[in-house]
Amino acid sequence: MNDLLNLIFRAVFIENLALSFLLGMCTYVAVSNNIKTAFGLGMAVILVETITVPINYLLYEYVLRQGALTWAGLPELDLSYLKLVTFIGVIAALVQILELVLDRFFPILFRALGIYLPLLTVNCAILGASLFMVQKNYQFIESVGYGFGVGLGWALAIIIFAAIRERLQEDKIPLGLQGLGLAFIVTGFLSLAFNGLSGLEF
Amino acid sequence: MNYFSYLTKPIITNNPITVQILGLCSALAITQSLLPALIMSLAVIVVLGFSGFVLSLLRQLIPNSIRLILEMTIIASAVIVTDEIIKTFAPDISRILTVFVGLIVTNCIVLGQAETFARTHSPGLSLLDGLGNGIGYSFILILVATVREIIGQGTVLNKIILPTLSEGGWYLENKFMALPASAFFIIGLIIWAIQSYSLNSNKQSNSNKQRESNQQGVSN
Repeated sequence: MNDLLNLIFRAVFIENLALSFLLGMCTYVAVSNNIKTAFGLGMAVILVETITVPINYLLYEYVLRQGALTWAGLPELDLSYLKLVTFIGVIAALVQILELVLDRFFPILFRALGIYLPLLTVNCAILGASLFMVQKNYQFIESVGYGFGVGLGWALAIIIFAAIRERLQEDKIPLGLQGLGLAFIVTGFLSLAFNGLSGLEF
Repeated sequence: MNYFSYLTKPIITNNPITVQILGLCSALAITQSLLPALIMSLAVIVVLGFSGFVLSLLRQLIPNSIRLILEMTIIASAVIVTDEIIKTFAPDISRILTVFVGLIVTNCIVLGQAETFARTHSPGLSLLDGLGNGIGYSFILILVATVREIIGQGTVLNKIILPTLSEGGWYLENKFMALPASAFFIIGLIIWAIQSYSLNSNKQSNSNKQRESNQQGVSN
């Protein structure tokens, strides 16, 4: 249990996808003008990561990995080079299904997430989490924890960033620095702050 | 517009990272030293050129309703081939790049170029535009990687530029450059420089225009 907590803690703070791997930056910069939308997007990311990472784990473990198809009489088949296409397909299909389910059963949440849900298909933080999961050889339970952890970390990063940007709107900023330039420098400071937590363990 | 400008425009004036705000994700995490960044740049250029060319060849055959899926499949195939080639011929570098070659699939430059350019232009032009965007992206990547490697390790491409203290030289490495935060700061400063430059040149061309219109006796 402690291991799992540590894993989630690492995924949220130390190996934060946005702040230490620069993943999902397009959405991160584009959708952080106010806290409300950033919060909605963050929730969508947590939801999608927690579902896609374990599903991709199952697919990789029982279909794609070398020797995974032993049960079908094909012990030497190695389909792991197909993982990119498969993962992208799974993510796109899942986002689509999630949209339908949310629309039917949780219309309030669906309306809150709005356009951000379909946009997640091309968010590299989502695909990145699945690829990291393969690289780190996680088990099923760990992959659930990892998916949730990276989602939470990404959500935290964008919500803090949006809050800082809201405050900055009232300040005088040099003309060339406005917008993207300042966004990166602020993110740099955030990333430094998260770095200070490295080495912490339960 | 001559053909050469399709290749050169995305390098500074229409740079995908600093001006179009595309493709910020992926890849920038591997800018700690120059060699992996160079290989990564090469991979992005190849994928962009290839996908632009192929998508443009197929543009009249692809039905509009399923074009996203087809585009993603073509891009993913290009990335898989590139990834396998790097794994075979440069296994050490492939270990440093880890998942980031795979993440070219979700790089918004590739899909953005497919959607906005390759669908409406001929294969030759799409190839040039793809290569140009790839070079513009590489320009930023290589700039960041060079700064981080010189200040962080005193080397460029593993050749010693500033002899470090631990090897009997005089330079104390700045460990800050090993942190991901330094990449954010350097990109931020580059964007600042480029935006100030383009603001200045805009102002100049505006004042030139104003002078012309004043000469013609027309006021704005």
